Amino acid sequence: MTFLTIDWLFIIEKLVLIIIIILASLGIALYTTFAERKVAAILQDRPGPNRAGPFGLLQPLADGVKMFTKEEIVPTHASKWLFILGPGLAMVASLMTCAVIPWGGSVELFDRKIDLQVADINIAVLYIFAVVSLGIYGIMIGGWASNNKFSLMAVLRAASQAISYELAMGLSLIAVLMITGTLSLNEMVKQQQEGLWNIVYQPLGFLLFFICALAECNRTPFDLPEAESELNFGYHQEYSSMKLGFYLFAEYINMIMSSAVMATLYFGGYDIPFVNDANLYASIGNWAALLQVTSILIKIVIFIFVFMWIRWTIPRFRYDQLMDLGWKKMVPLALFNMLVTAFIVLLKHNGWKF
Amino acid sequence: MSDILHHNIKLPKGAIEKETTTLNLGPTHPATHGVMQNIIELDGERIVSAEQTIGYIHRAFEKLAERRPLFQITTLTDRLNYCSAPLNNMGWHLTCEKLLGIQTPKRVDYLRVIIMELSRITDHLICNSIVGVDSGAFTGFLYVMQYRELVYEIYEEICGARLTTNMGRIGGFERNFNDTAWKKLDKFLVEFPKAWKEFGNLFLRNRIFMDRLIGTGAISAERALNYGFTGPNLRAAGVDYDVRVHTPYSSYQDFNFTIPVGTTGDNYDRFLVRDQEVWQSISIIQQAYQKVQEFKGAEAEVYHADAPEYYLPEKELVYTRMESLIWHFKIVMGETEIPKGEVYNSIEGANGELGFYLISDGGRTPYRLHFRRPCFIYYQAYSELTKGGMLSDAIMTMSSLNLIAGELDA
Repeated sequence: MTFLTIDWLFIIEKLVLIIIIILASLGIALYTTFAERKVAAILQDRPGPNRAGPFGLLQPLADGVKMFTKEEIVPTHASKWLFILGPGLAMVASLMTCAVIPWGGSVELFDRKIDLQVADINIAVLYIFAVVSLGIYGIMIGGWASNNKFSLMAVLRAASQAISYELAMGLSLIAVLMITGTLSLNEMVKQQQEGLWNIVYQPLGFLLFFICALAECNRTPFDLPEAESELNFGYHQEYSSMKLGFYLFAEYINMIMSSAVMATLYFGGYDIPFVNDANLYASIGNWAALLQVTSILIKIVIFIFVFMWIRWTIPRFRYDQLMDLGWKKMVPLALFNMLVTAFIVLLKHNGWKF
Repeated sequence: MSDILHHNIKLPKGAIEKETTTLNLGPTHPATHGVMQNIIELDGERIVSAEQTIGYIHRAFEKLAERRPLFQITTLTDRLNYCSAPLNNMGWHLTCEKLLGIQTPKRVDYLRVIIMELSRITDHLICNSIVGVDSGAFTGFLYVMQYRELVYEIYEEICGARLTTNMGRIGGFERNFNDTAWKKLDKFLVEFPKAWKEFGNLFLRNRIFMDRLIGTGAISAERALNYGFTGPNLRAAGVDYDVRVHTPYSSYQDFNFTIPVGTTGDNYDRFLVRDQEVWQSISIIQQAYQKVQEFKGAEAEVYHADAPEYYLPEKELVYTRMESLIWHFKIVMGETEIPKGEVYNSIEGANGELGFYLISDGGRTPYRLHFRRPCFIYYQAYSELTKGGMLSDAIMTMSSLNLIAGELDA
């Protein structure tokens, strides 16, 4: 009967971790909306939200309350269940990504070694891709169920954009996989802790991945699905109250998650630069894990700031230009990057010294 | 489909079977700046045909004008192109002066030139920054908006109002520019060029922006002339027609400036022409400022023509002098007779040739007044400009033509 022995402590530990991570990502997403408004305000020479609480810090809470208390409107011709399913799916898909991201090393509590990662699965990269693709369904279902022409067009744009850019994203990722030789994110971070960050080996790959991440998150210059001047805010046009909030939230969580993925893949994840993490553990114990979490959070914040900076600076593409860029420039470049990497990896494998 | 039938919606025949989509762009759409409707037939994202609908904010200005004394019509002109209301005011006053045969002093002309060029700047500034907004870059818009605020503060000093200014009177201004106004103008002339340079840097050579605009919404010089295009939109197509140069009014012949001309007449050229015109306007304002400062003695205080039948006397005189009191009463009550006649006067509005065709049969109000509204003419070409393009191009074309619903409908 050994297969029935369940490690209850393990389950509790993971449950606590899941709750903490979900709450943390929600909280961060909440304040990302605030940060977006503040960053926009700084770039546009205006004060931004500053009424609710000190420096407007309670603004996201006020927004949340507003969202929850608004009237729920389901359009007459909308297909009701799909209309409700859409934002839920978008939200779930974006939250699911955080399961495989290593947020830090491990802490020792109650004689247990707890990894700061919900699931260290050996196909983490594939998992992320699968889940991110699911997120598009949320948008598609929601936009289609709205029974609105603007939403429908936005959805078509979103779907084709996601397909085109996921391809280039995947190809640029393959180069990373060839260097690291693993699909596990934790393993990748460990390798980067010992050696150099992957960005050193893969600058072009990172650039491609970053652009694709912008496209995946529907951020400017790839915000065609919600182009307010063209499609009336696109797929979430018919949504009100918290259903709209879910879509907006999902977008910000997506941003955080893709920043986290980028940090993990190319910038050493929770690795603290210029510091030997093993020594750090030896000297300050659990506090080192906290420092590592801070390290990855800082990286995420920097990425998010770049996202916003881009958003409030440059115009968006036209639909055909977006496709051109995706298929005629990004995909060939990613293929080139992949082939060069493969070549070098092969040479190295055959005993070449660099 | 069954859903639609269930709700008893009557669709036109073949509406479901056809392979194109009909999309109502407007009247309430973020990109239709104002209320107008474009019924667009879409094949995917490509526009098969576009049909324009106007009349959503028709306010019958031309009819209203038939019942108003001349000075009351100024407030109607405010509401045509509200982005550059003083230009419309000045155009209307110039028309009245032409009909009434009033000669304005040079200083008034120069003051008017300053105001007209300021409002041309505000109009171009809005148009170009809105092109930015519609292409997805919002920041440039808010950034230059601060400088429109500076212009509005100058307006405040001169006439007390900001957007719908009702500025000036027949024969000149209702009061002289005060010191604060000049100081604010100084400030504007120092600060704005830097900001406009920065705005240009943000957009002019931006690859994405250029890709979006170049080759979209293009019109040839011939077609543009056939439609009756004027102003920046015609100049973008390569015709150097500018009312300020061809039939100078308000002493524009005293100023040195060039007419920026485009080549292809596409959205990007329109953007560039407007961008360059702003620089020209700044130079004109500087010249006019110089010229105004050169007046000495009594001339330096002149701010209106000597036209007692139409220009309100000062309050002090009204209370102390019989004649002034009578003129005051007659003007305010709209009891001054207009001479018989028929005039057409046009100025280079921010958007194009803004014309006023005024017929008077001798009464106290015009017999007929027609506004030549450039927007109305541009909008006719909208269908031709957008056909075959993408939906996004249609949006850009709409904003770069500078279609302002207030002027479109009148």
